[in-house]
Amino acid sequence: MSPAFPRLGGGNPQLRPDGRLGHLLSIEGLPERILLEILNTAESFLQIGERAVKKTPTLRGKTVVNLFFESSTRTRTTFELAAKRLSADVLNINVATSSHNKGESLLDTIDNLMAMHVDGFVMRHSEAGAAHLVARHVDQDAWVVNAGDGRHAHPTQGLLDVFTILRHKGPVDQLKVAIVGDILHSRVARSQIHALSILGCPDIRVVAPKTLLPAAVEHLGVRVFHDLDEGLEGVDVVTMLRLQQERMEANLLPSSNEYFRQYGLTDKRLERADPDAIVLHPGPMNRGVEIDSVVADGPRAVILPQVTHGLAIRMAVLTSLAGARDRDLHRDHG
Amino acid sequence: MEQQPIRRHIANAYVIDPASGFEGRQDLFIAAGRIAGRGEAPAGFAADEYIDAGGLMLCPGLVDLRARLREPGEELHGDMQSELRAAVAGGITSVGCPPDTLPVADQVSVIRHQLGRAAELGLARVHPLAALTQGLAGQHLAEMALLLAAGAVGVSNGDRAIAHSGILRSALEYAASLPATVFLHSEDAQLGKGDMHEGEVSTRLGLPGHPAAAEAIGVARDLLLAELTGARVHFQHLSSAAALDQLRPALLRLPVSADASVAHLHLTHYDVGYFNTHAKTCPPLRTHRDRDALRAALRTGQISAITSDHAPWHEDASRDTFHNAAAGISGLDTFLPLVLRLVDEGVLSLAQAIERVTLGPARILGIPAGTLAVGAPADLCLFDPEARFIVQPQRFHSRGKNTPFGGWELRGVVRQTYVGGRLVFRGNED
Repeated sequence: MSPAFPRLGGGNPQLRPDGRLGHLLSIEGLPERILLEILNTAESFLQIGERAVKKTPTLRGKTVVNLFFESSTRTRTTFELAAKRLSADVLNINVATSSHNKGESLLDTIDNLMAMHVDGFVMRHSEAGAAHLVARHVDQDAWVVNAGDGRHAHPTQGLLDVFTILRHKGPVDQLKVAIVGDILHSRVARSQIHALSILGCPDIRVVAPKTLLPAAVEHLGVRVFHDLDEGLEGVDVVTMLRLQQERMEANLLPSSNEYFRQYGLTDKRLERADPDAIVLHPGPMNRGVEIDSVVADGPRAVILPQVTHGLAIRMAVLTSLAGARDRDLHRDHG
Repeated sequence: MEQQPIRRHIANAYVIDPASGFEGRQDLFIAAGRIAGRGEAPAGFAADEYIDAGGLMLCPGLVDLRARLREPGEELHGDMQSELRAAVAGGITSVGCPPDTLPVADQVSVIRHQLGRAAELGLARVHPLAALTQGLAGQHLAEMALLLAAGAVGVSNGDRAIAHSGILRSALEYAASLPATVFLHSEDAQLGKGDMHEGEVSTRLGLPGHPAAAEAIGVARDLLLAELTGARVHFQHLSSAAALDQLRPALLRLPVSADASVAHLHLTHYDVGYFNTHAKTCPPLRTHRDRDALRAALRTGQISAITSDHAPWHEDASRDTFHNAAAGISGLDTFLPLVLRLVDEGVLSLAQAIERVTLGPARILGIPAGTLAVGAPADLCLFDPEARFIVQPQRFHSRGKNTPFGGWELRGVVRQTYVGGRLVFRGNED
């Protein structure tokens, strides 16, 4: 057979020829060692956050651009804080507000920023593949972190989710995990599924009506449930996904009331899970739509620790990509 | 460019003539723009030029059912000169030209422009398809009779399905009374909104899916309307096994036909890889099972033509997110080699393969091409079947360099192309 390498496609575009991480675009296709390296580095950064002086010099002299074509609070602020704690200069650009940028194309925007000698891009875009497009376009030594592209991927969220699971529940190769809700539109679900399966999680479940599941979802290595009680049976981890109002308008669901009755996580529903089960949610929550406040604010929820962990994960990712991981630092604080 | 056709004796070529079923070594004689004789020279024939075509294959000039020439209106992506040059360099001597120009071919001036320009250029023959509805918007019938009178060979709504069944019924009835063949892109307009085939790859990439059912529903509806109206319908670029299942029984009792694009005969949705916009097509690339079903239908003749479905785009149209990127492949430069690859992969015999890109499409367009019969216009393709090369998009004759086949090693290089007995392309020997 002839090589079928498309000009714009090629192999896994986020790995460098030496096998190290060149960009972080998706969890899919990453080797386990890279995931573990990021998770271990994040562990050491978690402790820095608890000290009086929270900065490290890892990215001193580097410039990181947060380029957000879609609004975000949690992700953008934690990326900003992560870069600042690593002593990088940070530029925040929100393009979402200016009705797609007065005709300037995405790549023109990137070219302009590269002309300012930016070292790395953290970008969010409403369309799947936008981060891949930019990663193929930037200079050799610049790097790109995908902070969410359409329904495709949100790799740092996937990493912080497994980091949270590891810290609260231990190794994932013994765990049962259920992801509940709008899998179809969720980059969070895709990234968490990939992260869990790379780390060897033997039982990943998705729970949703068919209208909120993508075609052939079982190819991602998950078991499919349409009934919440069955899906939660004996699980150690429950991830609840945000449900947007548009899903009702698009006729994927009859009403948010019915959705809450069928798929909303209440104390009662949670009884089906393991007694020590934890509950994750990527935020922002729709209380009373996908999750009851009693659960969201209850002892099983690890939703706020997810945010704390998100900061450490993002510091670890930036460190890994900047190639400036300092072993001394690791020894001092690790 | 030759102005006057001269008498030629093409000797020692391996001739493939699908119209007569002949395949073998034979000499061919050209005079007055037509095939004057085969085998033995006609009485009193004296050649102005003797061509030793030993080692080469000679077949009718290829007929490409659908190649977008981008003129008028979208010359950034290609124009008739660049694209027709690519056609003849690929051994293609007749092209069907879809109406999706700017303005669309719903005005007589567009058809006249295309035919006039084609005559001026003297490269491949151009057979415009007129718009079925005004602006291809699917709401008001285009002036089909006037457009046909101006030289269009059929009517088409481009790559846009007509959502409104009542309007499509009228369009088919009106076309049937002219009569004109109606070229349809069939799909359910609501279900067919996704960016790529709905399956495991769209799920992985988080791209909205276009299920095969969208095409099958479109074909089923359009077949029922073809039956209701008596129209002769040609189904463009079918992509799914499900659509073929709808088509198969109808082929026996209705005047309908279908083609497949050569890309769909080779590629699947896995070729989208990591958002490769060059593998974005309309309809989308589907599964291996769909590709195999297309190949089987091609073998049995249920699909009677292969098309390049040529859609040249400027690089900027591909350098975008998958959703925003333009769909379609620049296909003229790789058309014949990709068809020959179907022979190498055991899909078709050589004679069948040549038939599907000459006589098959000529019949669908209703044009007198695709034959080496004595007296037929001398539209010829002379190619070296053993010459191998690596596909390098930057070397395409077409202005569009958008192809997912870059880097493929293929065989089959066109050495000479004749239209009406005139040499319109001569390639390098090396």
